[in-house]
Amino acid sequence: MTTTTPDVPLLAPATTKDETPLMTKVADATSKGPGKYVVWLIAAFWTIPTLGLLISSFRPEDDIKSTGWWTWFTEPGNVTFENYSTVLQDKVGGRPFSEFFWNTVQIAIPGAIIPITIAAFAAYALSWMNFKGRDALSVFIVALMVVPLQMCLIPLLRFFSSDFFPEALDGVPSIWIAHAIFGMPLAIFLLKNFIGSLPREVIEAARVDGASHMSIFVRIVMPLSVPALASLAIFQFLWVWNDYLVAKVFGGGAANQPMTWALIDMVGNRGNEWQLLTAGAFIAMVVPLIVFLSLQRYFVRGLLAGSVKG
Amino acid sequence: MGDIFSSLGLVVVGIAIFVTVIGALYWLASQLPEPWRERARTAVFIGPGLILLLGLVIPALLNFRFSFLDRDEEWYGLGNYRDVFTNGNNIKVLTNTLWWGILVTGISTVIGVVIARFADRMRGEPIAKAAIFLPTAISMVGAGIIWNFVYSPREYGLLNSLIQLWPGEQEVTFFLQDPKLFGIQSDWVPGLNSLLIMVVIIWIQAGFATVVISAALKGVPDDLVEAARIDGATERQAFFKVVLPYIKGTIITVMTTTVIAVLKIFDIIQTMGKGGSFGTSTMANEMYEQAFPQDNEGLGAAWAVLLFIAVAPIVYVNARNQRAMREGR
Repeated sequence: MTTTTPDVPLLAPATTKDETPLMTKVADATSKGPGKYVVWLIAAFWTIPTLGLLISSFRPEDDIKSTGWWTWFTEPGNVTFENYSTVLQDKVGGRPFSEFFWNTVQIAIPGAIIPITIAAFAAYALSWMNFKGRDALSVFIVALMVVPLQMCLIPLLRFFSSDFFPEALDGVPSIWIAHAIFGMPLAIFLLKNFIGSLPREVIEAARVDGASHMSIFVRIVMPLSVPALASLAIFQFLWVWNDYLVAKVFGGGAANQPMTWALIDMVGNRGNEWQLLTAGAFIAMVVPLIVFLSLQRYFVRGLLAGSVKG
Repeated sequence: MGDIFSSLGLVVVGIAIFVTVIGALYWLASQLPEPWRERARTAVFIGPGLILLLGLVIPALLNFRFSFLDRDEEWYGLGNYRDVFTNGNNIKVLTNTLWWGILVTGISTVIGVVIARFADRMRGEPIAKAAIFLPTAISMVGAGIIWNFVYSPREYGLLNSLIQLWPGEQEVTFFLQDPKLFGIQSDWVPGLNSLLIMVVIIWIQAGFATVVISAALKGVPDDLVEAARIDGATERQAFFKVVLPYIKGTIITVMTTTVIAVLKIFDIIQTMGKGGSFGTSTMANEMYEQAFPQDNEGLGAAWAVLLFIAVAPIVYVNARNQRAMREGR
């Protein structure tokens, strides 16, 4: 049988070639006339909400609040970048919105790199180092994927605010730690699947040549695992970038909060200030959209890989 | 802008510290005599991961205990669970979550199948699919704002503008009151606010369904469909009797993944439903609302346990299904 789902095991390189016989293609193209209109109709319907917000973000405040964005097509009014410059300086919780952008950057990059690095080391140990209880531990880690992160919020927050937890790690670092904890089972599971299936001869030949585990890990395993690491990194990065819950619970005050927090604060307090909300929402979306458009293949694989988690 | 350098600087410093610590520990381990050297090296590799996993396991166990405590941390037995299943507001939350699971999962999957089927080998297929897939990339908060704008009142809200095209129809204010579906007053029927928020999640999840199902459709062997056609099956019969059963595993993956995502719906309720007011709350939202803003950690913990009980079997089914698909090929 051929694949029933793409890329299962999920992080294997994807090569779906179209090997359809020509006659089938011709038959298909002629037999589904009306179907393609359904597709384009849905595609259009899916695009309209985002398009409306995008157009509105370039309209002056008075225009947004007096006429619908669709009237812009018939009587194009003024186009302005003022909403963007205003929202960047706009104060949310006493801080300019631009600061929240950098907070998100500061949360999301380590929030992706830390768990993947740690998980890669652990996956290597679980695959290529011999110790007692190795297989049982692997099974246990996979089983942990059923735990939804909501189970840990209350006890973990208590621990983070207790005396046992170093004060230096309060704020942004505790958001990193929380994301690393919640991302760990999936990351170890996926990386172990990949690292464990690398050819045994390669690793053993290096061992015979006297290479240490560290140099095998750094020189052989990491370079070979780039596709798996990239998919996982994109999944985790976007997950953390788009997260609201974890940062809200563990981040403390406005100083450590990401854009999602600032946007919800604006929705709550100034829900009718659409000139700010439209531009703000787009600033928060720019990075995920760039990742999506430029790395779509890895993005799909990462998303599929993430689908095994609870 | 000082902000850029301070935040990126912190990022670089954090990563550098981490790499240095691991490297130093590995070097220290290498100084030990055998057999300790190998054991210590293993510990350096797997230790950080294990510590983080403890940060998952211990809190999850403690959470069970918290779920038996009341607001003042006195022993409350199964009281929180009783409150969940008897209090009217909480029943609304449970039925809402149920509707979420049924409607969002069902509709997203059907849309995924329809698009995957009709877009297959169509001209412009990548563009159409990208348009439908795009919402998957953005945050729930961003999606919430996009749709808040669609649902907003007066002249600039697309939905209300369409409603007002009907003669005599009044503008409807969503999310600031609890308009009922056909005026039905019942905990078992979702209100309009909930349905409108479900549309947003369908908008997000359908893209995922489309991409996954579409890839599976391309893996269906042509001779299989060809054989059905030669046996006299119509296009429709071939699809429902041959193709769909063939990709059953993938459809289960899509549905289980969507159910899990839906059970954990939270950000969008905060963005659009004012934190679960006006009949919009769901389980994960209620967990947060009770544990933090309402400061009733026991009840919040009980909601988390219920969430766990709901999610765990679905994850299990998903894992078994994925394994079966791997072995089947």
